[in-house]
Amino acid sequence: MSMRLRSEELRVAYAGRPVLHGLDVEIPDGVMTVIVGPNACGKSTLLRTLARMLSPESGRVLVDGRPTGEYGTKELARTLGLLPQSPTAPDGMRVADLVAKGRFPHQSLLRQWSRADEAAVRAAMAAANVTDLAERAVDELSGGQRQRVWLAMALAQETPLLLLDEPTTYLDIAHQLEVLELARRLAREGRTVVCVLHELHLAFRYADHLIVMAQGEIVASGDPREIVTAELVEEVYDLPCQVVTDPLSGTPMILPLVGTPAAGRPTPGSG
Amino acid sequence: MSAIGQGRLVTWRRGHRSVRFSRRSAWVALATCGVVLVLAVVGLMIGDYDVSAGQVLAALGGGGTDPLASYFVTEIRLPRVVAAILVGIALGVAGSLFQMVSGNPLGSPDILGFTTGAATGALIQIIVVGGDTDAVALGALVGGLLTAALVQVLVRPHGLTGTRLVLVGIGVGSTLGAINTLLVAEASLVAAQTAAQWLAGSLNTVLWPRTTMLAVAVAVLSACAVTIARALHLLPLGDDTARAVGVPAQRIRTSAVVIAVAMVSVATAVTGPIAFVALAAPQVARRLAGTPTPGIVGPALTGALLVLGSDLIAQRLLAPTELAVGVVTGALGGIYLIVLLAVDWRKR
Repeated sequence: MSMRLRSEELRVAYAGRPVLHGLDVEIPDGVMTVIVGPNACGKSTLLRTLARMLSPESGRVLVDGRPTGEYGTKELARTLGLLPQSPTAPDGMRVADLVAKGRFPHQSLLRQWSRADEAAVRAAMAAANVTDLAERAVDELSGGQRQRVWLAMALAQETPLLLLDEPTTYLDIAHQLEVLELARRLAREGRTVVCVLHELHLAFRYADHLIVMAQGEIVASGDPREIVTAELVEEVYDLPCQVVTDPLSGTPMILPLVGTPAAGRPTPGSG
Repeated sequence: MSAIGQGRLVTWRRGHRSVRFSRRSAWVALATCGVVLVLAVVGLMIGDYDVSAGQVLAALGGGGTDPLASYFVTEIRLPRVVAAILVGIALGVAGSLFQMVSGNPLGSPDILGFTTGAATGALIQIIVVGGDTDAVALGALVGGLLTAALVQVLVRPHGLTGTRLVLVGIGVGSTLGAINTLLVAEASLVAAQTAAQWLAGSLNTVLWPRTTMLAVAVAVLSACAVTIARALHLLPLGDDTARAVGVPAQRIRTSAVVIAVAMVSVATAVTGPIAFVALAAPQVARRLAGTPTPGIVGPALTGALLVLGSDLIAQRLLAPTELAVGVVTGALGGIYLIVLLAVDWRKR
């Protein structure tokens, strides 16, 4: 397996407090990698450091074997795209104009709007199913539509590596699935997708490669069908559970014991 | 909220080069240019010695038959008209840069204290040192740049962003305003009079040497502003998104502020503080063009129009007494701001 994106000994600290403790991460090419872990485990920090939004205290991120620190900002943005957590658009901005902003790293003062730009924006809007919204203002849209528009902007960037920071947050289940289907389709088409998710059931279902984090360390990584066990979930989330196989997808699914008689919780009125 | 958008976008391509702009902004820019040209010709015609439009054109072409008319047009009025246009461009662009960096329509050098700082520098020259006009201009330039450096240091730990920049700027500006008042109060009568004249902001005494200097500075700084404009338009999407598409957000902000401060300082050095143009021009331009952000070209032309028009009013309103252009822009700007706020509040 080849790796266009990986990190070596990555250490990151926020205000002197260490968040990542020397991570060696390898992101397999052309598949969908999902990072999960409890709140504050450092999964978003990892994603943002991979995208050079944060600089590590020590260690480095390598894209195509070259440290990201050596890349120019536009140069990196042509290879690696990031959809940040809950991005915002100015009031009244049109969908087509926002998606077109994704072309920035391919443009310059004398090359403001090439035919390639036009084709990329059209393809991105079609892929994210927002072509019909082109003339609408971004702030008029529903949460699900808006997230698809932001994805379209990231797609218009045409980067072989695409990082998504909790792209399903605040979306209902149908819209979450819509976003994940799109992400999976991108991976099937050959892009390398890395996605931070909270929802374990969906993470296990959509991950070709799963990275499980806890307290700034990687606890497990690999095919979710091979690595997800009740012990792992209990260790990482401190949550006793059973792991069963999702009868539809064949991927693991957790059933938390909390809230069931099996948890041994005293029933009301028994005390 | 309706879609403001950028209207119909037009693309021009030639080989690998391409330019993209909105049709409406292009028309607005052309129309503004036209009005500026007309006002410029009017500015060359009127004065204590009236010159006809034909004589103006003849004088500009070097073939005037009336030597006195030619002298007034090319040596007295032309440098003033050109200076008015240049100062307008400088203030309009500076205002736009500040407003795009701070994401706030109040982010103008008047409010952020840079104009006040330039005035402090000039007042120190006039009152304490007793320097000539060149020294005063230099004082204004240094004052403006030092104020910007001070604001930068105070904002530093968190970077140059919106509200913080505005609040720190207001604080610094108020303090410097107090120092300015103190300086004038302690000055001799003559110095206080010179100071008051300078503080009103005027183009009355501008001649070629200073206009030429201004032209070079404005040309260089405008070119710098244009090179970062495209990146600036991405800042309203938030730093993360801007950086994800390859905009070094913090570096672009700093460059924009440096360019804007230099522009305001240069303009103020030549004319004294001209109020409200930097505040109003970008907002007027944005509304005319119907775009979400003001951009560079629109505010430059609108600024030129405002300063040139105000200077004509200042010259002729109480003729033969000439008012300072800053008095007129101040009055117009005040009215504009009240209307803007009233309309904005009614909408809510």
